Order: sequence, then structure tokens, then C-alpha cells
Amino acid sequence: MAQYRRIGVTNNNDVAIVSFNDKKILDEASIQELGAELFGLVEQHNMGDILLNFTNVEFLSSAALGKLITLDRKVKASKGRMKMCNIRPEIFEVFQITKLNKVFDIRKDEAEAMTAFS
Amino acid sequence: MTESQSSQNSKSDKPSWQKSIDLPSERGASRLVMDELLDKLGEHGWASADIFSIHLAAEEAIVNAIVHGNKLDTGKKVHVECFVSSTVARIEITDEGDGFDPTDVPDCTQDDRLEVPNGRGVMLIHNFMTRVEYNEKGNHVLMEKVQDA
Repeated sequence: MAQYRRIGVTNNNDVAIVSFNDKKILDEASIQELGAELFGLVEQHNMGDILLNFTNVEFLSSAALGKLITLDRKVKASKGRMKMCNIRPEIFEVFQITKLNKVFDIRKDEAEAMTAFS
Repeated sequence: MTESQSSQNSKSDKPSWQKSIDLPSERGASRLVMDELLDKLGEHGWASADIFSIHLAAEEAIVNAIVHGNKLDTGKKVHVECFVSSTVARIEITDEGDGFDPTDVPDCTQDDRLEVPNGRGVMLIHNFMTRVEYNEKGNHVLMEKVQDA
């Protein structure tokens, strides 16, 4: 079983549900580590469907957005699906300003996201 | 009504806070000023959504100054000046780099750039702050947020 420092991963009906260990995703070194762990889900563990649950996340910087965009591209390239949920309003506004809400599939909560996967 | 008025008065009575600091050009150096800035915004009655906006703008601008301005040259500093009152938050950041032209930064919201992983910091700063001004050289930025009346 993979060891993660930045994320927690559980499996529900073949969907990897990812939570974030850091409340604030802004430190460059942490973001690099986060990116490596997220990409590993696709590249090493062949996770097809991924749900990112942002419940714990209070802040994220544009560098973190970059990792999410790259992850989304990797998931799509491997014919998987990526969704996000439980995003607080301030962070959703960041997605709106950057129009990433058009790129990412954003759902209200885990239940709604899981229904969308099935 | 009276209560809100009195809280407004007590907020504006609080003396404004200022800080001037030189940060080393190292990743993560923003933390040397950020926690105190966020505390002061809270003490001056700023709403959590505004504190989020100012935090994001300050973080992005300081990272840009360290990484793109000073190019992580440890011989160079990033100068930061903060001012916080109950109605105005202002952060000025100066690096020792060659400067940049903010109008040269491509629009990351264009369809063909939406999936490019970087280049969103400057846009977020402009959206979250009331006023953003650069000097002619482009190595100094003034960012100000004014509390809605």
C-alpha cells in the first residue's frame, strides 16, 4: 500500500477518493510533493476515476491550481474521470475567476459526485 | 443597528498597523510576514472572505517577486510594506529583478490556454484587489483592498 504524506486515499466502488492533509496548499515544496502523489495515483496505481474532496482545504495558491490542471489532463489521457467536491466558496471563486470551473467537474458533495460517476 | 454602528466605531478606533520587512529570495519566505498580516486583518475586523483574497494576492505577488523577479538569487531581497486599517489593506512589494510588463502575461482564461498549468497569479491579484499598480520598470507592485462601505 502506498504511503502518502499530503493526501489520504480511500477506495469506493473503484473511485479513488482523495482528501488533502494540508489546510493551506501554498508551500512550494509541499505542492511538488502533492503533485507527485496525485500523479502517482494515475501513473503508478492506475486509478481510473478520482474524486478530490476539498473539505479540509481552506486555501490554495495558483501553483496548486497548476498541479490540479496537470492531474486532470493525466486522468483524461488515461481515459479516467476526475471530479471535485466540497469546495468552499472562496476557493470556488478562484476557479470561477480563472474559468477552471469550465475545465473541472465540480460537484457539491461526495454523494452527488459518486452518483455522477455511476 | 446600534450594535453594528458601535462595532463599526470600535473597529475604526483601532490604530492602523504598518510593517516593513526584507524577505530573502527563498521559496516559502512569505511566511515571515504572512501570519502577522493575516492576524492584523482579523484584528481590524476584515471578513474572512476578504482575508482570503488579500492572503492569496499577497502570496502570489511575493512568490512572483522571489521566483520570477529575483530568480531565487539569495543575494537579492524582496522588500514588503504592509498597511492595515479597518477600511484599507495595502501591500507594496519590490524586488531587485529586471521587472516585467503585466500586459505581456497571456490571458489564462482563453479557451486555448485554459489547461496551461501556470500563469494565473497576476490575474487572481487583479480580481481580488481593489487597486493594483506597477511601477514603470515592473519590479514594484502596489496592491490595495478597500473595505466596502
